[in-house]
Amino acid sequence: MWSKLSAYLRKYNIMRTIPILNIKTENQTTKTITFNDKLCSRAKPGQFIMLWIPRVDEIPLSIMNSQKGEVSVTVKAVGSATNSLNSMKKGQNIGVRGPFGNWFSTRSNKCLLIGGGVGIVPLYFLLKKIVGDDKQITFINGAKTENELLFMSSIKILCKNQTILSTTEDGSYGYKGIITESLTKILRQEKFDIIYACGPESMMRNVFDIAELYKIPLEASLERLMRCGIGLCGSCVIGQYRVCRDGPIFNSKQLRKIQDEFGFSRLDFNGKKIPI
Amino acid sequence: MKSNSLETHIAGLHLNSPTMLASGIMSYSVDFFQRIAKEGVGGIVTKSIGLESRKGFENPTIVQINNGFINAMGLPNPGIASYANEIKKAKNVLNIPLIVSVYGFSIEEYETVAKKAINYGADAVELNVSCPHVKDTGLEIGQNPEKLFRAIKKVKNNVKKPVIVKLSPNVTNITEFATIAVEAGADALTATNTIHAMAIDIESTKPILSNIFGGFSGPPIKPIILRCVYELFKTVTVPIIGSGGITNWRDAIEFMLAGASAIQIGTAIALQNTKVFNDINKGIKSYLKKKRFKNVEQIVGLSQKI
Repeated sequence: MWSKLSAYLRKYNIMRTIPILNIKTENQTTKTITFNDKLCSRAKPGQFIMLWIPRVDEIPLSIMNSQKGEVSVTVKAVGSATNSLNSMKKGQNIGVRGPFGNWFSTRSNKCLLIGGGVGIVPLYFLLKKIVGDDKQITFINGAKTENELLFMSSIKILCKNQTILSTTEDGSYGYKGIITESLTKILRQEKFDIIYACGPESMMRNVFDIAELYKIPLEASLERLMRCGIGLCGSCVIGQYRVCRDGPIFNSKQLRKIQDEFGFSRLDFNGKKIPI
Repeated sequence: MKSNSLETHIAGLHLNSPTMLASGIMSYSVDFFQRIAKEGVGGIVTKSIGLESRKGFENPTIVQINNGFINAMGLPNPGIASYANEIKKAKNVLNIPLIVSVYGFSIEEYETVAKKAINYGADAVELNVSCPHVKDTGLEIGQNPEKLFRAIKKVKNNVKKPVIVKLSPNVTNITEFATIAVEAGADALTATNTIHAMAIDIESTKPILSNIFGGFSGPPIKPIILRCVYELFKTVTVPIIGSGGITNWRDAIEFMLAGASAIQIGTAIALQNTKVFNDINKGIKSYLKKKRFKNVEQIVGLSQKI
């Protein structure tokens, strides 16, 4: 019943301290940080790493790309840890553990990927991996405004024979509105084998409800406060699951079991359940 | 009806299996308790709960060293008042003993939290007088004979349910502290908490844990804690719960032969996931059968006969 994919690999959890190889600015708040790490470069789309900023914090981050020993994560500065990480310079040391967690399935043919804001990161990695596999892909991305739509030029190149639907809340690019409206619009016309989703939890909850309505299997990448990353501390518990160990990718069947919490509540640092 | 050879008893608590969940691990959520109950866990010890809620330390709160972990979570917990609902809910849905781990920043706090936990429905309390990484609690009680005696006595005088004391291995002679705990009224002892430790990253030249120091757990500490249990069995008459690096059924048997009436699993959940409880129970069962023991209680302390 519990995914074998999330098996614990001891060597993956040993922290490796390595210099930052490259930093790319994506927009005012978001940067992509690249480093060399053999273990993380074997990561599959959907997996995450624990990244240590020495004497500051250690945070979970989705993997954005991995190839030839190089690994990239994309970080939006939202708090003290991410601000501090985004102010680091090339050559400075970071620590990494991982990759951890399960990953998106890649069996289905007609796929819909839907990502909100920085939630696009693991979906972009997935897109890169599956786009050459003779699949029919619809990529829906959304953000508040145009410059928050990440990786747009690469996505356009990758999806040149596929469909891209972009949505911005202020209408500065693509459709004006919220991302789930684009989803409903397309599902009224087309059927898909699977939906992959990542983004703010309220958005993903809406995606889940819509996917249930249209009876399309969903795989959603959940986010929770994390400490250990290996299923011990309980910080990321949702229902009977630990996001770090049983997730971070959850399918429709699992999401139904955590319906009461998914999109509504989470644990804070004290282990107290608080509304999302 | 075929009798359950894994059945064991700790200070009046009836356990369907000797394999318990150790404190500090995964213990916020009743849904998760139910999940491991299905795996055959014999009893559950919650995360340590205090009077007020606590955020715990910044990350890194855990670092792996070979097959072991040093952790300094910093006792994050929602506080006893908020945890009341979880205790009540757990008692409704679980049919195994629920033991609430209790810490305090004063002897009075230990007493207040323990009393509340029992009132909310806990079957017993385990006093955390051995957390090695938070100032003014845990180890600072457990390493001080006089404070240790007073804390246990105070709780004992005010709760009607079993009081288990989780000892620290970070003392010169653990049997002295065990004797004090039993004199103060401890109904059972958990041996032991983690070993005070640290790790330094040589590239950045910095300590890894945000708290610098933490507690070492997992397979590397097993021989040390096994020795503690062996010594304690010679010294005290109350039941001992072994806890320290137990990862498989062989480790569990070893601890019971040394004198543990039950064992606690923590770190092994990371190494083996939740199936570890079922795996260990199955292993113990076949060992008992192979060696022709009727039940698990027959092997407790057997290695003392030499």
